[in-house]
Amino acid sequence: MFAILEARFLAPDIKLLRVRAPRIARKQQAGQFVIVRLHDRGERIPLTIEASDPEAGTISLVVQGVGKTTKLMNRLEVGDAIRDVVGPLGKPSEVRRYGTVVVIGGGVGAAIAYPTAKAMKEAGNHVVSVVGARTAGLVILEEEMRLVSDETHVLTDDGTYGEKGFVTAKLQQWIASGRPIDLVLAIGPVPMMRAVADLTRPHGIKTIVSLNSIMVDGTGMCGGCRVAVGKKNRFACVDGPEFDAHEVDFALLAQRNAMYRAAERRALEEWERHPEKDLEDVRRTCRLAEVHPQVAALAEDGVP
Amino acid sequence: MNPLKPKERMKIPRQAMPEQHAHERTANFGEVNLGLDAHLARQEALRCLQCAKPICVDTCPVGVKVKEFLDLILAGDYLAAAAKVREDNVLPAITGRVCPQEEQCEGGCVIGKRTAPVAIGYLERFVADYERSVGKFGLPQRAPSTGKRVAVVGSGPAGLTVAGDLVQRGHEATVFEALHEVGGVLVYGIPEFRLPKEIVGQEVENLRRMGVRFETDIVVGRTVTVDELLGEEGYDAVFIATGAGLPQFLDVPGENLNGVYSANEFLTRVNLMRAYRFPEYDEPVYDCRGRDVAVVGGGNTALDGIRTALRLGARNAHLIYRRSETEMPARAEEVKHAREEGVQFMTLTNPVAFLEADEPGWLGAVRCIRMELGEPDDSGRPRPIPVQGSEFVLPLSVAIIAVGTSANPLVQSTTPDLKTRKRGYIEADPETLRTSKRGVFAGGDIVTGGATVILAMGAGRRAARSIDAYLRTGAWQEVVTEPSR
Repeated sequence: MFAILEARFLAPDIKLLRVRAPRIARKQQAGQFVIVRLHDRGERIPLTIEASDPEAGTISLVVQGVGKTTKLMNRLEVGDAIRDVVGPLGKPSEVRRYGTVVVIGGGVGAAIAYPTAKAMKEAGNHVVSVVGARTAGLVILEEEMRLVSDETHVLTDDGTYGEKGFVTAKLQQWIASGRPIDLVLAIGPVPMMRAVADLTRPHGIKTIVSLNSIMVDGTGMCGGCRVAVGKKNRFACVDGPEFDAHEVDFALLAQRNAMYRAAERRALEEWERHPEKDLEDVRRTCRLAEVHPQVAALAEDGVP
Repeated sequence: MNPLKPKERMKIPRQAMPEQHAHERTANFGEVNLGLDAHLARQEALRCLQCAKPICVDTCPVGVKVKEFLDLILAGDYLAAAAKVREDNVLPAITGRVCPQEEQCEGGCVIGKRTAPVAIGYLERFVADYERSVGKFGLPQRAPSTGKRVAVVGSGPAGLTVAGDLVQRGHEATVFEALHEVGGVLVYGIPEFRLPKEIVGQEVENLRRMGVRFETDIVVGRTVTVDELLGEEGYDAVFIATGAGLPQFLDVPGENLNGVYSANEFLTRVNLMRAYRFPEYDEPVYDCRGRDVAVVGGGNTALDGIRTALRLGARNAHLIYRRSETEMPARAEEVKHAREEGVQFMTLTNPVAFLEADEPGWLGAVRCIRMELGEPDDSGRPRPIPVQGSEFVLPLSVAIIAVGTSANPLVQSTTPDLKTRKRGYIEADPETLRTSKRGVFAGGDIVTGGATVILAMGAGRRAARSIDAYLRTGAWQEVVTEPSR
């Protein structure tokens, strides 16, 4: 049981949840993620850790409501709890002094990029961050990014905030102007990461992406998150989630991420008809564990 | 207790296990075997010759006192019979269901040489189920507390066994599990129709009552390291039983198409995550209804996978195995059940490529090649050799790859002074289960590679003896173990 201590929207449909998880908070490094399960009938989904506070024993998760579980998460408030949070999983970002590091966060990817930008700054890099979003209301973590970056550029696709245009255009501009770039870290939607990789490849600029493949256990046991990297299969959960962007087969990633589209749509539709039921289940499980820990343990083991 | 003369005993036929009919059971996830009733159990127990030197005990990895518990069945004292089993086996309701008895206790049965062996597995299950039905468990007593604490990494059969044995010896045992549910392969791997979750839950609850503590959602190697367990967390010893977790693939073209699963993923979605009840449960699995499904492999996991697909509504269920049926490592009973349920065995066949359907990205067929058997290879089994020009294409929507697993490196890679062998398995003494690191023991699949539930339990038993000796003497170098029973 992992209590929610803070819950606030960063943008419509994007919520920050600060959760009590002392063991994870103590261990978390930039680039790592957790797997959460909301209630006893819940699925396991990976979420990136935006920040952690080892002294307070908390981690912060940023969740964009896309499918059933993430939309349900966006309904959770302070006082609620998450059934299971496990981590920190995956390999931490390779943080060292590269020189100039461009950190690109597209959409909710900014939440994933933020801890690495921070770590890169602390390691003595000149950090240039680029926060991209579709429209003004969806720009998140701009202030946080500014605090850990030497330069911060905000772009929106529709020009309603910051500069108008795609993050790749900005990157293209710098490359064309001959600006020295030692590392690019691009995190966001698959098409964005792919576009960044295609842009930097001919110039030989080392580029890292963080992959969001479908996972179940997150410990290497199921192989569902396998991605082709340099023609070799790797597991995003234990070998990643960060990989050399120039080696990643993005088409395959997109294909595999679409595997459960029909089921995801159905789960969302059914949930939207009765959203309260799952919310009640989250709360019932929490109450049970609080009041009768032994009974909750029994329920967990499947004893009726 | 047995009123019959040996000759009369040998005339009684082996009692058949009542089962759900094949046509019914493929439409549900209920248990296939229904269990013996008291009458059948008595008839079966009467067949035991009560050998002076029972081989069945020697061939059991945990040394269950077979003839004594069968005698208690004949006396009608089923609770005492169950308690007798529990002296050596903390998970009787589980092993009674999933052990390959034909290779172990029943393989050593003397009348098995003449007719059919005594159905020791059925009887073990009978007494364990009886206990559960009356709600009274003959749980072993705990020795006075020693104040020593042991961390057990992994809650599969080896971890549960070592924890159960350690608390009996007066030590404190805490089991760390990476998943949200306790049981390891017993809950994520073995399907409901062979081992109901409720049975595993009950055995775990029994261990809780004996004093074992469980912590879920902890990935040792990530959430906490072995060194931290021995250091700041204050444990006196660590037992690593993380299993052979990583799935192996065939490494043939098309294996990343949507619809190709590792057996681990397919089974975890359906078993642990209850995807067969989607959308009541959130985790999905690809809809198998009316589709052609094949599993690749010949072990118990392969049969579990394909029989699960049948229950999810598969139209055709194929088992593709590169050797012949004789070499299949699966339990005899599973092969029989699978055949009754309509699984089509394509032995001496191997996939060479998975082919894309008209819909881009999705599996549409598999190209296979026929095999023939040659000289024995390193495993002692005849080497399968492709027959040139024998390729053919089989339409397919879902493929389940069940060709084995390898060692999960999470613990090893974060414990620098822990020695590993080839392919990342942990090096441990087979008798004392000590690793290269003081205070750290390891057993089960993470040492041996993929094996059976009962072999992992046997390792857990030996480990408990060895850990107990270490905790009492503090001696690490010399080998201190009690003579095995």
